[in-house]
Amino acid sequence: MNAPLTPRKLRVATASLSGCFGCHMSFLDIDERLLELAALVDFDRSPITDIKHCSQRCDVALVEGGVCNAENVHVLRELRANSKMVVALGACAVNGGLPAQRNHLDVGQCLQQVYRTPDGSAAIPNDPELPLLLDKVYPINEIVRVDYFLPGCPPSGDTIWKFMTDLLTGRTPRIEHPLLKFD
Amino acid sequence: MSDISSANSFSIDGQRIAFTPGQTILEAALAAGVYIPHLCHHPELTPHGSCKLCTVVVNGRNGSACTQKAMPGIEVENNSPALNDRRRVLLQMLFVEGNHFCPGCEKSGNCQLQALAYDLEMLTPHFRHAFPARPVDTTHPDVWLDLNRCVMCELCVRASRDLDGKSVFMLAGRGAESRIVVNSPSGLLGDSELSIDDRAAHVCPVGAILPKRVGYAVPIGQRQFDAAPISRQVDYLARRHIPIVPVTEELVK
Repeated sequence: MNAPLTPRKLRVATASLSGCFGCHMSFLDIDERLLELAALVDFDRSPITDIKHCSQRCDVALVEGGVCNAENVHVLRELRANSKMVVALGACAVNGGLPAQRNHLDVGQCLQQVYRTPDGSAAIPNDPELPLLLDKVYPINEIVRVDYFLPGCPPSGDTIWKFMTDLLTGRTPRIEHPLLKFD
Repeated sequence: MSDISSANSFSIDGQRIAFTPGQTILEAALAAGVYIPHLCHHPELTPHGSCKLCTVVVNGRNGSACTQKAMPGIEVENNSPALNDRRRVLLQMLFVEGNHFCPGCEKSGNCQLQALAYDLEMLTPHFRHAFPARPVDTTHPDVWLDLNRCVMCELCVRASRDLDGKSVFMLAGRGAESRIVVNSPSGLLGDSELSIDDRAAHVCPVGAILPKRVGYAVPIGQRQFDAAPISRQVDYLARRHIPIVPVTEELVK
């Protein structure tokens, strides 16, 4: 119980797959506690750093968003392969979220609908640079093994803070009322 | 138990509960302020026994607290880690079976399924999602139906049949194909006898049957389960009654 904090900083990667970046914004909502956190963690690949791929083995990967296209699968698998702990951050990562409302539609017809030009033809982008959409939007735990789930759309800054501080102090994270929300 | 003081009492997790003969274990527990998780039970309607969340151990055997009568001297185990683990799995099964996207649901914060999941600290639905594609029925002028959120508790079936006398809803199909159907020639809600004044229109514990034009009227923080977890709202659960006055008129002031 009284063991000192690990002298090594926790290495944290974050990523947004089929997310809205709201979970990252909620992370920033811990406000000045970010300074406290910066003393305890190093950030690896993340939208808030310039690191393109996991530079070394990470302790935690916070993953926002469900899995909607091929690139999401690659990113998620890289994070899984390079992290001790993968955390589903937010409703999309946990159960597909509101983007998964497309799951009852045909993905081809969705693209036709959106990219239809005024003359009635559909110019669906087909450059190989662009990742193909999957048939459905999937929660991340249907692609890789996930160690912890932080639900919420988004989880509040306090919820994320509770999780991070539990982790940093060696406790099993526990999220309960009023921090546990799905909406 | 032979002593007279226990003639009309039993124990839940060691606590003595007085009961009136004829009460179920769940009714007696709620009346005594003891919370047993439940979803398909409603104080005004006959027990159903479908959600299984109120499963308790009675004298060593599993039973549904909503259907099993309270008997003198029985020993009921309710709030144990093993039972709560099983309840959490039942909730996870309900969550993956439907499309429970709370962030876009009008019932969020007032939903019993969600409140139970909060209370039992369900962080993830865990299982593979079914992502059903059941059509949404918006044909009724005042009520709409999203059966992708339905947990088939049949509260609407019972309320419509027993309280409203209209039998608008019924459970049809078998197994995973089970679903609520509407009693009208076209199968559409708009062609049924359902009225916004019916109690069946307001009894749904989740976001499957919703009154139109009143969504998101209650500020976040003031919804039923915002202030306290459902397990600390035993009084509400024991005394709640289905509104007869349309929700519309109360909220649109």
